[in-house]
Amino acid sequence: MAGVQYTLNRLVLMIPTFFLVMIIIFLLVRLLPGDPAIAMAGDKASDADIAAIRDKLGLSAPLWTQFWLFLTNTLQGDLGRSILARAPVLDVVLARLPTTLFLTIYAVTLSVLIAGPLAFLAAVNRGKWQDNLIRAVFQVGLSMPVFYIGLLLLTFLAAHLGLFPVGGYGESFVDRLYHLFLPAVTVALYTSAILMRNLRSAIIEVIDAEYVQFARAKGLPNRLILGRHVLKNALISTVTLLGLSIGQLMSGTLVTETVFAVPGLGRSMLEAIFARDYPLIQGLTLTFAVLVSLVFLMTDLFQSWLDPRMRLT
Amino acid sequence: MSDATVSSTQAVVRKPGRLRLALAKPGFMTGIAIIGASVVLALFPGLFAPHDPNFIDYMAVRQPPSWLHPFGTDLLGRDTFSRVIWAYSVNMQMAFLATVFALLIGVVVGALVGYYRGIADLVFGRVVDAIITFPFLVLVIAVVAVLGPGLINMYIAITLVGWVYYARLMRAEVISQKANDYASAGIVMGYSDRRIIFRHLLPNAITPIIVYWMTDMALAILLGSSLGYLGLGAQPPQAEWGVLIAEGRNFITTAWWLSLMPGIAIVLTGLGFSLIGDGLADLLRPRG
Repeated sequence: MAGVQYTLNRLVLMIPTFFLVMIIIFLLVRLLPGDPAIAMAGDKASDADIAAIRDKLGLSAPLWTQFWLFLTNTLQGDLGRSILARAPVLDVVLARLPTTLFLTIYAVTLSVLIAGPLAFLAAVNRGKWQDNLIRAVFQVGLSMPVFYIGLLLLTFLAAHLGLFPVGGYGESFVDRLYHLFLPAVTVALYTSAILMRNLRSAIIEVIDAEYVQFARAKGLPNRLILGRHVLKNALISTVTLLGLSIGQLMSGTLVTETVFAVPGLGRSMLEAIFARDYPLIQGLTLTFAVLVSLVFLMTDLFQSWLDPRMRLT
Repeated sequence: MSDATVSSTQAVVRKPGRLRLALAKPGFMTGIAIIGASVVLALFPGLFAPHDPNFIDYMAVRQPPSWLHPFGTDLLGRDTFSRVIWAYSVNMQMAFLATVFALLIGVVVGALVGYYRGIADLVFGRVVDAIITFPFLVLVIAVVAVLGPGLINMYIAITLVGWVYYARLMRAEVISQKANDYASAGIVMGYSDRRIIFRHLLPNAITPIIVYWMTDMALAILLGSSLGYLGLGAQPPQAEWGVLIAEGRNFITTAWWLSLMPGIAIVLTGLGFSLIGDGLADLLRPRG
């Protein structure tokens, strides 16, 4: 029961946040100098097009009526029409979404595979050379912009050694794994640097915790202690950290898609910006926000399921 | 020095000063050295760049790294090393200008909502939730898309989004400081709220903000160069690290140095700021 109550509370809390998110996105285009209808219609629009958009946005009405129109349209799935794609924004978003989701999940999997074992190795050998080496490498990794990591991989592994394709997306699932390997590694290297740092301290904290010391004093074999106590807690930290860094992960994906010409939401966003396709910019910004808040929600629910103490707060 | 006895007893029990502790930290000192050198390069690029960064030489186009051109030359025969050195001015300016206004706004807002709480605090909480719901980069480039690409607009966009992180940190600090006896003493003494907030609470609450500022400056350089790379920050022909990397991205098979060499400067400065941040976090931690 406590779980259901927590889930409901958590969902209710999302409403005011979503409302503010909508206000921010609404105001974004209203910040444009001049008539938003002209901006939303694009350079090649006729006077009739502009009039139609002005009518649809309710630009002659007061601001709060305009916002209400925007809110109800959005909730009904009407995000406007993309100037660039000459199609509803929702269609563009839905067409590009699977690619970005695929890349993100791929990258998350790789970053856990990279950061998990290394954080564990560093924590168990705290203060020794292994720990120092791992931390130094990740410190440098944290100082590298994503696009630079991507270009390095692209230059050496794809262009010079020819191990991977320079661009493209692939057809079948396996083909896709191969085509998106370098983009996923790029995002993963960036995310694992964030993950590794926090995970190492989380594991150390558990190793030093009294109940683990007690298990050790009781004579439980080391393998069992690490497996039962340390790993379970490390899992909670990993999920929480990944959930909280979803924003950074998405930012990383956006840049990586541009570097590797992956046809996802991020690349779409940049194309929209350079084409001054404001309806698409609005729609994509909203999509990113929705994705992040869904991940925040799942993180909280997963956390409360693993660690019932969380439900109290 | 009014009381000789007191100062001599203090000398006996004296702990090593922060300066001495700082000197004993190799990571922190490396950070200081890197950022110190970067500031000097940013202020006087002309003294260190071997060539004119904008000198076009069609006889020396896309040359690989050599003694004459350590980072090679670009499509117009310009010396990449000199361009990287000149870019220090822009990129170091980014570290400062993209963060300082966010810091000032965040500190003031965070201190006020943390001190007064109430409705303002509730609204603030929702605003924070809403802003962190957007991936940082997405919101920044959406704002740049509206304002138009360029350095100034990039600073405005980063400030509009970034102040929230400072404010959140400051709010939490002020709330915990306000629970201390010295704050209650100030209230009992009848000091004005302004005096308590800015003269008493703020100096005690500022340490984590300064530490975060260092990390944020590293992030600002990464973010600024990313926007430059994407074509939304500094605009060519201005020498900026992200712009330089973008200029070479179509030549990674034939002239890899164009893209890869400028990145060294980003990694170095980023590393410098984070080493300082880590060192400061260690040094400023309250000592028992």
